[in-house]
Amino acid sequence: MLPGNPGKQDRGLVWALGAGATFGTMARIERGEVERIADLARLELAPDEAERMTAELEAILAYVESLRAIETDSVEPTYHAIPLATPLRDDRAAAVLSAERVVANAPERDGFAFVVPKVLDEDEA
Amino acid sequence: MPFESVVELRAALDAGRTCALELAEAALARAEAARGLGAFLRLRPEGARAEAAESDARRARGERLSPLDGVPLAIKDNLIQEGEPCGCASRILEGFVAPYQGTPVARLLAAGAVILGRTNMDEFAMGSSTENSARGPTRNPWDAERVPGGSSGGSAAAVAVGIVPGALGSDTGGSIRQPASLSGVVGLKPTYGRVSRYGLVAFASSLDQVGPLARSALDCALLLEAIAGHDPADSTSLPDPVPRYRDALSGDVRGLRIGLPREFFEERSAADPAVLACVREALGELERAGAELRAVGLPHAQHAIATYYLIATAEASSNLARYDGVRFGRRAAAASLGEMYRRTRSQGFGPEVKRRILLGTYVLSAGYYDAYYRKAMKIRTLLRRDFEAAFADCDVLASPTSPEVAFRIGEKSKDPLRMYLSDIYTVSANLAGVPAISLPCGFAHALPVGLQLLGRPLDEATLLRAADAYQRRTDWHLRRPGAAP
Amino acid sequence: MSAAPIRDVHPRYEVVIGLEVHVHLCTESKLFSPAPVRYGDAPNHDVHPVDLGLPGVLPVLNRRAVELAVRAALATHCTVHPRSVFARKNYFYPDLPKGYQISQYEEPLATGGWLDVELPGGGAEARSARVGLTRIHIEEDAGKSIHDAAIAGREGSHVDLNRAGVPLLEIVSEPDLRSPEEAGAYLRALRQVLRYTGASDADMEKGQLRCDANVSLRPPGSTRLGTRTELKNLNSFRFVEEALRAEIARQSAILDAGGSVQQATMHYDAARGTTRVMRLKENADDYRYFPDPDLIPLELGADAIEAVRRALPELPERRRARFERELGLSAYDARILTESRALADFFEAAVARAGGAAHAKRVANWIARDVLQALGERGVEIDATRLEPAALAALIRLVDAGTATAASARPLVAELIERGGDPAELIRERGLETVSDAAVLERAADAAIAAHPEVAAQVRGGEEKGLNFLMGQVMKQTKGKANPRQVREILARRLRGA
Repeated sequence: MLPGNPGKQDRGLVWALGAGATFGTMARIERGEVERIADLARLELAPDEAERMTAELEAILAYVESLRAIETDSVEPTYHAIPLATPLRDDRAAAVLSAERVVANAPERDGFAFVVPKVLDEDEA
Repeated sequence: MPFESVVELRAALDAGRTCALELAEAALARAEAARGLGAFLRLRPEGARAEAAESDARRARGERLSPLDGVPLAIKDNLIQEGEPCGCASRILEGFVAPYQGTPVARLLAAGAVILGRTNMDEFAMGSSTENSARGPTRNPWDAERVPGGSSGGSAAAVAVGIVPGALGSDTGGSIRQPASLSGVVGLKPTYGRVSRYGLVAFASSLDQVGPLARSALDCALLLEAIAGHDPADSTSLPDPVPRYRDALSGDVRGLRIGLPREFFEERSAADPAVLACVREALGELERAGAELRAVGLPHAQHAIATYYLIATAEASSNLARYDGVRFGRRAAAASLGEMYRRTRSQGFGPEVKRRILLGTYVLSAGYYDAYYRKAMKIRTLLRRDFEAAFADCDVLASPTSPEVAFRIGEKSKDPLRMYLSDIYTVSANLAGVPAISLPCGFAHALPVGLQLLGRPLDEATLLRAADAYQRRTDWHLRRPGAAP
Repeated sequence: MSAAPIRDVHPRYEVVIGLEVHVHLCTESKLFSPAPVRYGDAPNHDVHPVDLGLPGVLPVLNRRAVELAVRAALATHCTVHPRSVFARKNYFYPDLPKGYQISQYEEPLATGGWLDVELPGGGAEARSARVGLTRIHIEEDAGKSIHDAAIAGREGSHVDLNRAGVPLLEIVSEPDLRSPEEAGAYLRALRQVLRYTGASDADMEKGQLRCDANVSLRPPGSTRLGTRTELKNLNSFRFVEEALRAEIARQSAILDAGGSVQQATMHYDAARGTTRVMRLKENADDYRYFPDPDLIPLELGADAIEAVRRALPELPERRRARFERELGLSAYDARILTESRALADFFEAAVARAGGAAHAKRVANWIARDVLQALGERGVEIDATRLEPAALAALIRLVDAGTATAASARPLVAELIERGGDPAELIRERGLETVSDAAVLERAADAAIAAHPEVAAQVRGGEEKGLNFLMGQVMKQTKGKANPRQVREILARRLRGA
């Protein structure tokens, strides 16, 4: 016995947003905000890219706004789906990668050290 | 011998009708012939021949062999194999050769399998169509103008056209099951923690799992046996012993209680009616075999996509920070460190990856963490509770794997949100950590349809049993795409 | 919570200092990988794939790091939380391979402890302050970036990941310190506790202890905190104190002029003795902390924590008090002998071999004076030598029995430190036995008197100092082997007829 009838359907966005969800408060991302986020993520966006990303992010965030309405005050977050005891490792030094292998994939190296362009100031990276 | 299953190939090997080297050569030849499919990013003829030769030597010595010994398999390009390039279908990992062995591949090799090569995927597993690969899309074996699904599209296609009987993929929001569904093969996402993630390039750490794709439930069972089990190198790996899954395939589903979440089947459901019809017919078949169908509710399932995209992108934004041009992979020319980071990452990542990194960074950033990330983690709890309640009265849950059949290449890539909705039925399993399988159950619009079954944590056996029982009574899984060589 | 009296370090302002200390936990392997913890190796020789942040790697927590962290937390009276969570701190830097550091944020291992710190200063008045600890948590260390043009060239920086992944304990104090001297005393006390518990060797020269200092000024009596600046990269306790002094001077000059201090990270220029702004902190860094999904929260059972507590060694404070109380040592001697656990252990073992508490002061004197001097000259710690407590006890016994004089015996301490051995044998081999032959001693005494008639005259006149001088002469003649008591008697008889 199957629930519902196969019939006229409303697919896509409307279903996925769930009963009662609305686009109510559209998430608004300031242009500067996207730039700040891109900076945090060390991504460079061309101006048209930034504009497009902003619009896409806004759409996605509008979509996730539907979660706000759900009552979760007394609900604990699930960070790990399957409960597990803390795994611990015995304190024993074991073989490491040879230094040669450590730097084998390096785009730039000097002996066994990685080389990177100079950091202009202590913080800027 | 294309389209033979793992079991059949093993029988042929044991009977001396062929040898591992011959199987490898044949698989390589088929892979070459099917180049246009774009399933493989890289073949490794020398490595495969060496592994095949070792297998033949073991057999000659009369050693005890695992079911996979000598069988050619494929692995997704986000699985680490020592000494092999690992690219995740991304520019940013160009040139990277893995200096360590990943556990899933190590276990396949320990079982004597022959690794034919690395299959195409959406870049860093972010996508549902394999169109986000930096190396071009893979084509659906049933219709070359369509996508095979994603992100494990290459693995699904390679199995669907019979290049290899089995492959490994990864599933974070449906990336094994959805391409299995769209390409007409079987795909299993194990319980979270069942298979080690050490050596799986991380996308969303609390959701990722490695799993098998094959053409039969039995083959999936054999692949899963080989790779599952506790790994001390993965702190999220479950300690529970691995059962002999093949022993669970009794063919008997009498009394199996199959729950149908009304949210997935009701009138307003997202699925193509033709897809739903296939799925209902498949469930009818199981009912005739003795299973009981019943309605259940997963009231929070409608929020699964939103929840998933908050959690997955947040974790991904952090996991992908290591791609910075410092120690491996591609590095852009730059005068300063800051410039190097920005250029390397901007040039190295494709647009979907960038989009998700941005969203994930936003979700975790100060001021938004509670409203988005923490909130999503709470919804996740509610979803887990939904599953627990459903599994109180049911042994498995069922749904279509995908709301639709394979769509055209380029059809959805302009609209990320539409693409995300492909995962509607699959993401819940990743959020709750439960195992799920997709099996071919018919055709709609002449394209494969997949039935998804979800199980209790660590109950892959029941899923495989149900899938196998269905496959004993039907032959959808034996259909072959016309595009096959 | 602070019970610290206000130190008048500045006439116009109250100084408020908080310290953030990072120490290397004393483990064989790293926090999340089995790579060895070593110092001084060539670059990138101690790196595991996990430390390298390669695609696909995962962290696994080191059991001993947890145990040592709990030890340190209990030894500083913290509340150890049964559940703590590892969180990712996300930022980009070349020596941070994953682009995030695994640390603890909202749910740290321990909170709310304290350290009682003896404040430096003269006078009989013992000054002590209780410095609160806000939190202690576990995190991994980053690698090293070398910007020095001599090594890395002008165009680039070198990155060495040997240190990446080494287990760190971060110890954050409440802003309870009120002077640079207090800060120094706190650091020394903290280092001592860490060494006592074996949690860390905390050797600053090896980079096993790093200190960042936060300092602000406010009007005396005010309870609001002033704007603080952060001093980083301070390589020694001395630099910490100096840098704080310099920064206090800088801040007070600003405030005196009616200006306000800007929140900033400061660099201390040791050569000039001044601090300068390295980076203004306009916005808090957005590290986007979230619980690390690759790690399960750390759950510590109450019995596990209790087991660590029971296994804690007697901590410096209590040991000092016990030495004073049970062994009759002065506060001063007790402090010297409990400086390190190894020294305190050595002392107690030597006392036991010497015959018990009655001999404690004797042993204490020998150690405080001769042993420590010899150690200092050689730059070694007590447990890195061949001197056995039994040997020292034996030596002392030989001196007390008159078999050798103190003057003969003292140099043997250095010898025992370097080569070990049996004191009785050494005395015999070197012919260091005390000379008690009256005839020999009388001859020597007469010779000394004859050589220094003026001194002899003074002694006859009742002066003591001269007697000591003449004794010294006799000792010199007899190469220190003359029985001092006898020599004194003989001289006194000769000169005073007593």
